[in-house]
Amino acid sequence: MNAILAQLLNGLDKGGAYALIALGLTLVFGTLGVVNFAHGALFMLGAFCAVAFRQLITLETVTLDPEKLSPWGAPLEIRTPLAQSWFGDFGGVLIEYSVPLSILLAIPVMAIIGIAMERGIIKHFYKRSHAEQILVTFGLAIVLQELVKAIFGANPISQPMPSVLRGAADVGMWLGMGPNVLTYPWWRLTYFLFATAIIGGVFAFLRFTTFGLVVRAGMADRETVGLLGINIARRFTIMFGLAAVVAGLAGVMYTPLVPPNYHLGMDFLVLSFVVVVVGGMGSLPGAVAAGFLLGILQSFASMTEIKSILPGIDQIIVYLTAVIVLLVRPRGLFGRRGVMES
Amino acid sequence: MNATAKTLFSMSRRDLITLVIFALVVLAMPIWLSPLGAAYPGLMQKFAIYAIFALGFNILFGLTGYLSFGHAAFLGVGSYTAVWSFKLLSMDVIPAIIFAVILSGIFAVAIGYLSLRRTGIYFSILTLAFAQMSYNLAYSVLTPITNGETSLQLSLRDPRVLDLAFGPREPGLPSASLFGHTFSGLEAFYFCAVVLLLAFFIAQKIFSSPFGMMLRAIKSNQTRMNYAGFNTRSYAMTAFVISGMYAGLAGALLAITDPLAGAERMQWTASGEVVLMTILGGVGTLIGPVIGAWLIKYFENIFSAFNDTALTHFFGFVPDGLREVVVAISSKFVGEGWQLTLGLLFVLVVMFLPGGIMEGVRRIRGLFGSGRTPQTGAVSRPQAAE
Amino acid sequence: MSQTDANIVLHVADVHKNFGGLHALSDIDLQIEEGKTHAIIGPNGAGKSTLLNVIIGRLAPSRGAVVFDGKVLTGKKPHEINQMGVVRVFQTPEIFPELSVLQNVMAPAFAKRDGAFKANIFMPLDAEKAIRQEAEDILNDVGLFERRQSHAGALSRGDKRRMELAMCLIQHPKLLLLDEPTAGMSRHDTNTTIALLQKIKASGMTKVIIEHDMHVVFSLADRISVLAGGRIIAEGEPDAVRGDPRVQEAYLGGTYEPGEAH
Repeated sequence: MNAILAQLLNGLDKGGAYALIALGLTLVFGTLGVVNFAHGALFMLGAFCAVAFRQLITLETVTLDPEKLSPWGAPLEIRTPLAQSWFGDFGGVLIEYSVPLSILLAIPVMAIIGIAMERGIIKHFYKRSHAEQILVTFGLAIVLQELVKAIFGANPISQPMPSVLRGAADVGMWLGMGPNVLTYPWWRLTYFLFATAIIGGVFAFLRFTTFGLVVRAGMADRETVGLLGINIARRFTIMFGLAAVVAGLAGVMYTPLVPPNYHLGMDFLVLSFVVVVVGGMGSLPGAVAAGFLLGILQSFASMTEIKSILPGIDQIIVYLTAVIVLLVRPRGLFGRRGVMES
Repeated sequence: MNATAKTLFSMSRRDLITLVIFALVVLAMPIWLSPLGAAYPGLMQKFAIYAIFALGFNILFGLTGYLSFGHAAFLGVGSYTAVWSFKLLSMDVIPAIIFAVILSGIFAVAIGYLSLRRTGIYFSILTLAFAQMSYNLAYSVLTPITNGETSLQLSLRDPRVLDLAFGPREPGLPSASLFGHTFSGLEAFYFCAVVLLLAFFIAQKIFSSPFGMMLRAIKSNQTRMNYAGFNTRSYAMTAFVISGMYAGLAGALLAITDPLAGAERMQWTASGEVVLMTILGGVGTLIGPVIGAWLIKYFENIFSAFNDTALTHFFGFVPDGLREVVVAISSKFVGEGWQLTLGLLFVLVVMFLPGGIMEGVRRIRGLFGSGRTPQTGAVSRPQAAE
Repeated sequence: MSQTDANIVLHVADVHKNFGGLHALSDIDLQIEEGKTHAIIGPNGAGKSTLLNVIIGRLAPSRGAVVFDGKVLTGKKPHEINQMGVVRVFQTPEIFPELSVLQNVMAPAFAKRDGAFKANIFMPLDAEKAIRQEAEDILNDVGLFERRQSHAGALSRGDKRRMELAMCLIQHPKLLLLDEPTAGMSRHDTNTTIALLQKIKASGMTKVIIEHDMHVVFSLADRISVLAGGRIIAEGEPDAVRGDPRVQEAYLGGTYEPGEAH
């Protein structure tokens, strides 16, 4: 029982990442009708916002202290992070909390990237075939990941989490079990809560604002909304920007869990597409539910007990689920009839 | 010549001329590629092999419109099978090729059976999912078969039952041979070239046959095909399997020229590369994908060999100071950065020239007014069967 | 109904079709005689298209069955139904826009000759002289011979419909289903199409026509069924139907003026 509960918890953070990426994919697909193969790259760009932010604030000045000598006789180098020399102790706090603070950088950066992408390329593809959309966004994904590789190198760059969030929460205690029966790392818990908050925020935005109302109407019936004379073009751009920000934030907060490298986006993209298909193309609740579902399934599949019965299942569980869902229930778990079907 | 054999080899005058010219171009590669600095066997083999891969992919995507994002899986299966044939049976290339084509065909039947139940983007995602599964499995549970990250290679202790039944084990690792004759560098290229010509001939036959027309009709309007009495799934399935076998053949040839098979050949970026070759050249045209494959492999070779020194030399005419900037920027696009150029190319082609180079040629011809009226359906844009 | 079963080609037996709670079709019982042209008329929303889709297998009936030539059509796939000899002309032309007009007409001929699937890659298309000849003859009949090398997608709507008719005729169907064959056509095109269909009628092909245009119906039909509210409210020879007061009330909206077209 506890093992099951533990796997359930373990699936939540990964599921949260899937859900966030799938949410953006679905928003873009539902409103703009675009199949965006570059969406994973946006997740990766978000992760590198965190990397860039940390590199920026940990830029150091090197001063030589002539009074002291290092053990091998050279003058001792004193490295001071710029942030510390400018902001004093506050600079230390900046560095300590660099990952969550990079959110402040990621929001504008991702919004700009998203808007630039939509204005520059995506908008020319609204009327073109899905195959062409896939192709152009696939090319774009390669461009983005190779740019990151050119700037940050090919190796993963690990991002430390704030030290207060290291270690694990004793979830078992909260549930009235003994100590250390069921633990869950603090950062994963944070990620899960963060993902839930963002998802809630997006849903609230769509539910309670006029903008959201138009978007939802557009997802249900794009042509009619266009006929109402509402400026769809501008809303499309904003939606794309929003999706980019959501993907980016998902990436920022994920960095302490997996050190980001340039092809992180590709890895997540394929999985997220699978998530979207399982949830039902064009269904927002479907994307979220399928994201968590697949995250949890994957976590169960990596249990040793399961792997000993079905070797390799942890490697393919997500794809296998997608194949089964597509074949048995082609519209996905929450999909509507007629979306992307002939 | 009896009647069956006659139809088997019969082709229109136009097709025959195309085939002859193509054969001349391919066989003369060592001559015309040398001023371009690409006339060495390793690269020319790649030209032949990836041309086969792209030809086969185009039979599926170009004719039926089904966009597979998992074709590299078949390439990988072909490579693994060929290497296993080398290890277990013989270094002869014929059994290696036959087994590779058959096994990738079986693989294609299995994946196609499931994937072709859906069309459009769902088909793309299903093929992608299958390819990723194959890739992940090749790296994990299937390590006994694939040798995981270290790649499957020949070893001194391979049984090679057929070879050893006829002769003693010779020292050192053996290399691929044809009827007992071990390939030297250029011979291996000519072998691949002949296989390419055969593959091209079959593709030509498919393009000019009623079967090819049916595949085009499926791309154009699948529902209509059903109501016209065609079992379109069987047609698409046949195209899928043929194209999977082409990929398997290409994979086997890769193993012949370098007896090594790694899982990275199955990765989805590899699947993306063949898509790019096809659209760069011209989707649905016979020769376009071949040109696309050659261009990409050529520039991959040229660009990835460039380094800063070469660039500085190349930009020698640019004044000092500015030169460093130019070199610094352009260095991001060559060498390790070749993939970036590839991605940009991908975006630009899809945006501005969706019919690929063949459409470009047609447009230029149109500009000079000398162009014949385009053949119906000769150039088409990437379009999914839905 | 006094006919023996021997010359009944299509039997729509006690068909009902519900969409949710909506009864789109109720108690439909139709018998189509061999060699006859049977028209189904009715006001908009009467269930004509639903009925056609049930016959062709696109929709499964909630109850009842469609029997063609002694075999049940219900549950068969579109290509199987076509292979049995039931061919449908669509209301909005369903064609292959990227292929030439000639290829559009040749393709269905292969389904007739080679069955639902044949992967013949050896015989070049150009060598299929017999099929090409037949396609050209039929294109001549529908007046599109001159345009045989054009892109089908470039044809006018009327030409597309005539080409689609040629695509169906080349299969020599046992039963041809026509869904408003003249909708959207000019008066001239309509008359050409009627003449063409009358010519086919002489060849003894069984046809079911769904049509709005009374001019077309009374020019072609041997027998008429009137559909209203998902039920057949009258059936008989054209003259009998024309005089039926129920029909006039339900569909013709009072009196029918000969020659009226929509």
